[in-house]
Amino acid sequence: MKKTKKLLFLIIAITFLSLYINLPNQIKLDFSLFGKVVNYQFNISHPTFSLAGLEIPTYYPLRRGLDLAGGSHLVFQAETKDFSVEEREKAAESLKENISRRVDMYGVSESIVQVSENKENLRLIVELPGIEETQEAIDLIGQTALLDFRRQIDEATPSAGFEPSGLTGADLKGAGVDFDPNTGQPEVTLQFTSQGKDKFAQITEEVSGQILAIFLDNIPLSFPRVQEPIRNGQAVIKGDFDLDQAKKLSAQLNAGVLPVSIKLVEQRTVEATLGNRAVKTSVRAGLIGLAAVAIFMIGYYGYWGFFAIASLLIYGLITFSLYRFIPVTLTLPGIAGFILSVGMAVDANILIFERLKEELAAGQAYAVARELAFGRAWDSIRDANVCTIIAVFILFNPFDWQFLPTAGMVRGFALTLGLGVLISLFTGIVVTRTLMRIFTKNK
Amino acid sequence: MNFIKYRWISFIVSGFFLIAAIVSLILFGLKPAIDFTGGSLLEVTLSKAVDSEKLYQTLSKESVALSQVQQTSQGSYIVRFMGGEENKKLILDKIAKDYDEVKMVRFESVGPTFGRELLRKAIAALILTVFGILAYVTWRFGNLEFGVFAVLAMIHDNLILLGSFALLGHFFGVSVDALFITAALTTLSASVHDTVITFDYVRKQSHHFSHQKNIEAVANKALNDTVVRNVNNSWTIIFMLTAVLLMGGETVKWFAAALLIGSILGTYSSTFLAVPLLVTWENIRRRREK
Repeated sequence: MKKTKKLLFLIIAITFLSLYINLPNQIKLDFSLFGKVVNYQFNISHPTFSLAGLEIPTYYPLRRGLDLAGGSHLVFQAETKDFSVEEREKAAESLKENISRRVDMYGVSESIVQVSENKENLRLIVELPGIEETQEAIDLIGQTALLDFRRQIDEATPSAGFEPSGLTGADLKGAGVDFDPNTGQPEVTLQFTSQGKDKFAQITEEVSGQILAIFLDNIPLSFPRVQEPIRNGQAVIKGDFDLDQAKKLSAQLNAGVLPVSIKLVEQRTVEATLGNRAVKTSVRAGLIGLAAVAIFMIGYYGYWGFFAIASLLIYGLITFSLYRFIPVTLTLPGIAGFILSVGMAVDANILIFERLKEELAAGQAYAVARELAFGRAWDSIRDANVCTIIAVFILFNPFDWQFLPTAGMVRGFALTLGLGVLISLFTGIVVTRTLMRIFTKNK
Repeated sequence: MNFIKYRWISFIVSGFFLIAAIVSLILFGLKPAIDFTGGSLLEVTLSKAVDSEKLYQTLSKESVALSQVQQTSQGSYIVRFMGGEENKKLILDKIAKDYDEVKMVRFESVGPTFGRELLRKAIAALILTVFGILAYVTWRFGNLEFGVFAVLAMIHDNLILLGSFALLGHFFGVSVDALFITAALTTLSASVHDTVITFDYVRKQSHHFSHQKNIEAVANKALNDTVVRNVNNSWTIIFMLTAVLLMGGETVKWFAAALLIGSILGTYSSTFLAVPLLVTWENIRRRREK
């Protein structure tokens, strides 16, 4: 009994914590009831705690996928069949840096650039929230990288700008990161091709002491000053950068060395109002479905049904706070997965109640029958859920196996369904059992 | 109720639906969505309602390989065509010219090779799920027969689901997309979910199923013990999915329908197919041994 009480307190604590995490920062009540106008505004504070140097926020926004929030999902592909493994990795890194840079220029907040590579090709996933006119973005992102070196038009007046020096990415063999042996500072190394070596030697002789700027896609990348003529085709850019910055610059330079042409293979654009409507209809569908389940459970199982519904509500609260906490980006199929998992979450309780009826029919006292029902139902519940987990595992494809689907929608569905199955094991068994132990007779 | 004695009824019912499903699949085939074939889908809202048939005729005058124009339950229009961005512009311009105000609300475009790849991967996922579940059920019950009949019931469910989408595709223009594959895979697991619980009851009746004298009585008791649970559980899932089907938008409507059909089939096949098949097989095996 003591253990049961402890569990009850734990469940109450988890419930209130989940409820708190799910509350918005502001709740506005604005409606009229029997001719009276009700207009209140509650502010709910979500402070950030600091514990042992760790910042612990108590507000986690619910992330909505592009199909709900509106925006464009673009997939580009580059042929890398003829590349060596090393070249492919280099190309992937450079492409990601360069595309991120172009997307940043486009000024979209919370944009995502992801790269996935396999033997045959390299794939680049770009998510642009809020962008619906995609043609411009596609053109900007899809262009082949162009790297060139430019010299100052007039040294005395820097505002005059730069002019092409004739040296381009094609003359460059590759860039890398090294450390200054004296200071330990990271620096970016440039290695030119045998052709480029001569060109570079000539240019550095001409502009010695001046700036030789490096442009990528007509946007300046770096303004190194040439200290002395360099004849061996090996240059070093020193500067006040940390390792990450040096790596980024080197990757961007390599984007110009290995210009990979990419083409658009998939595009999904959703306008924000369509997404908002989808959220509203899904929420309504979920609530009506839930009400139907509640009526059915209470109608069929009497007051036992209340315990099932209580644990189902706790299930919903925990699930949504985990969506916020992990965070899980919610998509339309993801919501469908959640709604399906609600249906499946009740399953454990139906199984237990049916067992309980059997035990009671066999003449057991209620308290004994209750404990037996929970114990015996567990085996079936576990076996059945393992099968769902197998399917979820294959759909979610956590190890990114290339022979299985990797589509975002499919994964979104698998993630919410899988989380649902795991949480429902806890709420369907532990929560329902604790509630029934406390609130039903023990004889 | 004596499920086992009247099992021939369910065999006839299943046989009928299986044949109907296979015939529809052969006659009509599935209608693959752009996810698999490549192509584009454009959803627009117009200021004034027009007949989708008329819209199709207007647009087919343009040099675009148009495949379908549909009006959604929300009153927007879905235009499916081959090609990508260039054709989208052509279509939007044409609609704007003929019907004034037009607003794009959704645009999806998939390259052809990308689509074929997804199809290959989806089939790999289906096969892997079948073998994963076969292995798990066989291991849990320590008996290959349980695994095989759980999988047979599962394949039965999926074939009828595919068949019903062949019919839906032929008569209502419903196409099969990446989400449908997800629904099919979920059907596999939901089907086996109920089967495993029913098998569990069969096993609990006797730990040595294959040595039991009266397997028909054992199996029948298990079915009677689980049928209420299986049906009740189905109800809860049916409530949730019907709500999504009726109210969810165009994107998830048929996904919910596929899940719904799959769930109902899964419940049916566990009680009326998997266990009766197991009993029939045991009877045949024993007769041979004699």
